[in-house]
Order: sequence, then C-alpha cells, then structure tokens
Amino acid sequence: MSSTPTDLRYTRSHEWIRQHDDGTVTLGITDHAQAALGDIVFLELPEPDQAVSAGGELAVVESVKAASDIYAPIDGTVLAVNDTLEEAPETVNEDCYGDGWMVRLQVADPAQLQTLLDAEAYAAALGDD
Amino acid sequence: MSATDLKSTPLTALHERMGARMVPFAGYQMPVQFALGVKQEHLHTRQAAGLFDVSHMGQFWLSGPDADRALEALVPVDVLGLAAGRQRYGLLTNEAGGILDDLMISRHPEGLYLVVNAACKDADMAHLRTHLPVSVKLEEMADRALLALQGPAAEAALAELQPAVRTLRFMDNVTLDLLGEPAIISRSGYTGEDGYEISCPAHLAEALAEKLLAHDQVEPIGLGARDSLRLEAGLCLYGHDIDTHTSPIEASLNWAISKARRAEGERPGGFPGAAVILAQLSGERPLARRRVGLLGQGRAPVREGSVLQDAEGRRIGAVTSGTFGPSVGKPVAMGYLEADSTEVGTEVYAEVRGKALPMTVSALPFKRADYKR
Repeated sequence: MSSTPTDLRYTRSHEWIRQHDDGTVTLGITDHAQAALGDIVFLELPEPDQAVSAGGELAVVESVKAASDIYAPIDGTVLAVNDTLEEAPETVNEDCYGDGWMVRLQVADPAQLQTLLDAEAYAAALGDD
Repeated sequence: MSATDLKSTPLTALHERMGARMVPFAGYQMPVQFALGVKQEHLHTRQAAGLFDVSHMGQFWLSGPDADRALEALVPVDVLGLAAGRQRYGLLTNEAGGILDDLMISRHPEGLYLVVNAACKDADMAHLRTHLPVSVKLEEMADRALLALQGPAAEAALAELQPAVRTLRFMDNVTLDLLGEPAIISRSGYTGEDGYEISCPAHLAEALAEKLLAHDQVEPIGLGARDSLRLEAGLCLYGHDIDTHTSPIEASLNWAISKARRAEGERPGGFPGAAVILAQLSGERPLARRRVGLLGQGRAPVREGSVLQDAEGRRIGAVTSGTFGPSVGKPVAMGYLEADSTEVGTEVYAEVRGKALPMTVSALPFKRADYKR
C-alpha cells in the first residue's frame, strides 16, 4: 500500500500539493507515482518566475525506465525549485513528501485549490486505476 | 496483445510469487523488475550475482551430417573451426549484408546448439529451415528453460550444485548434470560480468531457480536491469542497435567476422551479404555510418530515437538505445553517427525535449568486463 498523507491535496495525475499560510504551495509526486516510476535518475525542473497553468507541463522526471511529465496542478508562478534533486534525484524515491519536493508555486487563484483531491479521494482514485 | 495472449515461461509462476512487475516482451509475459528495483538489481549483479529468466529466447538444436558446414553458409563465423565445448557469437545475415538476428553458436559432440532472440525465433527457424539442406535436422528445444546467473558470485553459487562449472572458461559451453539431469551450461552472458547461461529441462527450472536464489549472494533480476547492464557492457540489442538495415561492420561488430571467413582467410566469404560485408571490412567500400558508444556529460538520460547533431546543429545520427548507467554513474547510450564523426572523444549533441545535450563519443564497453578467460 502506498502512503497518502491526509494533510496534502492530490491530483489524478499523481502530484501532491502542500498549502502554506503565505499563499504558496509546494508540490511533488506521490508515493504511488515514485514506486511506479522506479529509480529516478534525473529531473528537469522549471525556471524560477516561470508562469504555469493548471494541467500544463511543469517538470520531467526520468527514471531508469522512462521519462514522465509532471503537470502543474493549478495556475501560478514558480517561486523556487528543489535544486538538491539535481545531484540527488533518488531523494524523490526516498522521501517523496518531504525532501523530495520539486517546486514551490505562488498560487494565482486560491479557489483552484478547492478542486484538488483530498487524501481519501486520491486513495479512492488509485483503487480505480 | 492482451495479457491472455502472452506466453509464459517455466518460471512465470515463480516470478509472480516473488512479486515481480510483469510486462509484455516479445510475446511473453516477463518480469521487468523485482523487489529491489532496476537500479539495485543492476548494482547487485555487478557486486554479487543476479539470476535472470531468459527462457523466452529460442533454443535450437542442429544435427546431421555436415550441419556445421551448412550453418557456416548462413553466418560470417568459423563454425567448422569451432571446437566441441566452445561457443561463438554469430550473426544471421541477409543478401544485402543486413543482420537478421544475432545468436550464440556452440558445438557439442552430438550437434550444434544455438540461442537466438525471442522476437526473431520464428523467422530464424523459417530462415534456417529454408536454407539448410534437408539432411540437417533442426529442432526447437521448446521444453527447456534458459536461466542466466551473472556476476562475481555466480561461480560460487552454481558450483554448489555442480562443482565442475568452476573449470569452465569464458565461452565454454558443455553439458553437465544439474539436479540429476543433463543441463547445457555456458560461461557467458549479456551483462559484462562473469557468469553462466544454463539450459535445463522445463520441469526442473523452478527447482533450479529456487536453489540458486537460496544462495545469499543471488537475487532475481528483471529485464530492466538486464538492459542497463548490457548497455554498459556495450552489447547490442537486436531490433534496436542492429537490424536488417545495419551491416555488421556499420554495427562495429568487425570482431564477429571470423578470420577464416575474411577475404584473406581459409574460407573467405560464402555467407549472405559477404560481398558487401567484406568490402566494408577491408575499407574498399567506405562506411556511411558506424555504431558508437555515447557518454552523457550531464545527468539526463538520452533515449532511443534521440537525434544526434554536430556543433553546427546538423543532423549526423541517432541514438539506438540509451539509459542512465547505474555503475557508470552517467547517461550511457549507443547510436549511429556519420563515419567521419565516430572518433572517440568527438563531442556531439543529443536533442532531448528541445535541448541539445552534449555527449562524448566513447569507447565500448563503458564498463570493463571481467570475464574468466
């Protein structure tokens, strides 16, 4: 069973989103996603200040097997990316909800956050796969 | 193809019990990875020993008078000069000098034993049957499994079941008793490590696998790590790095053309495509392109199909297989480049997601093999 912390929001495309009090979010990929991808060897992360829109390509994760796209869950602007993943991409496998975070976004429209799945709904979506 | 159309191997049930992730491959349901995951499976094979199920590959037995001479007419290999108990790498070529398949050929006292690629085995069988005289008997050994035990601990693990395997040298191929029945055992593999390939009766496969896996140095390894291991070892994957449109010389497989079959040899030519292949080998016919190793300078893996460019952005080739090499610690790839760009050290650029990633033409293998010669 993969873990789905209840304090996070999720997407059907297996991203997690952590809301912060300052109107920003951090995000990464879920435990289910990292397990399915296998050993991650490279990440292509966006540039700071880049504007992203919900459903658009945000990053690329390369595992030993294949490349996979990571999608922006909401509209926003890239504030920071997790540079440590450049040298240690395996952190995403080891701690996907913690040190394996990928991108911090300034949220454009807080209402969009309400459309994201909660842990229960995401776990249910995994069951449907 | 749905899962129900996929063929299983004598070890499929064991893979499923061990929790392998199964994928379709060449018409078979095969394990792509086990619990360790691709990277750890790769590293474990290089450090200890890995057990691979390669029962999907075709095993053929050739017998009858002059079977060796008849097979020689289809491969650029010295089959007549192959001693009993020895194995050689071979290529089935076509009239244009392209490669129909690559295979292992070994001589046993009673006949020739061939191992061919799973995806090619029906076509190979038809090709051989069409071109071999009726006096040569060709059988598919369908009721056998094929296991590969690879890595520095392979010898110790297999010797517990049959001590004589210690005496085998690289590319020996003999019949030895294993679990009370004859098994065909070679000291060879597809990982760049010392190790063995073991053909046993299908009904013994599970017992053999379980005995080997009971050894504390042996882990089950899937197709994912098999691919990264063979890539680091610079070994071609048929259908990707070589196919009917590549000649053995373009594929940098010059070493696979036996001395006896070369222009200056005892039995020059006499295999399909010999005119083209030997003219390329001698340099009489210049090569348009050649297979090279490519080492990434960054961390992004460069995959099959990526276009290769020179510094001016001109297309000069393409990648035929590539991944991140867990032992090399860098992206490793093989591909074809225009012949004047193939010198080791040449910098080329792989197009990946709109970026030009620098790669260096590198000698193969990326990882030096440690065979017991």
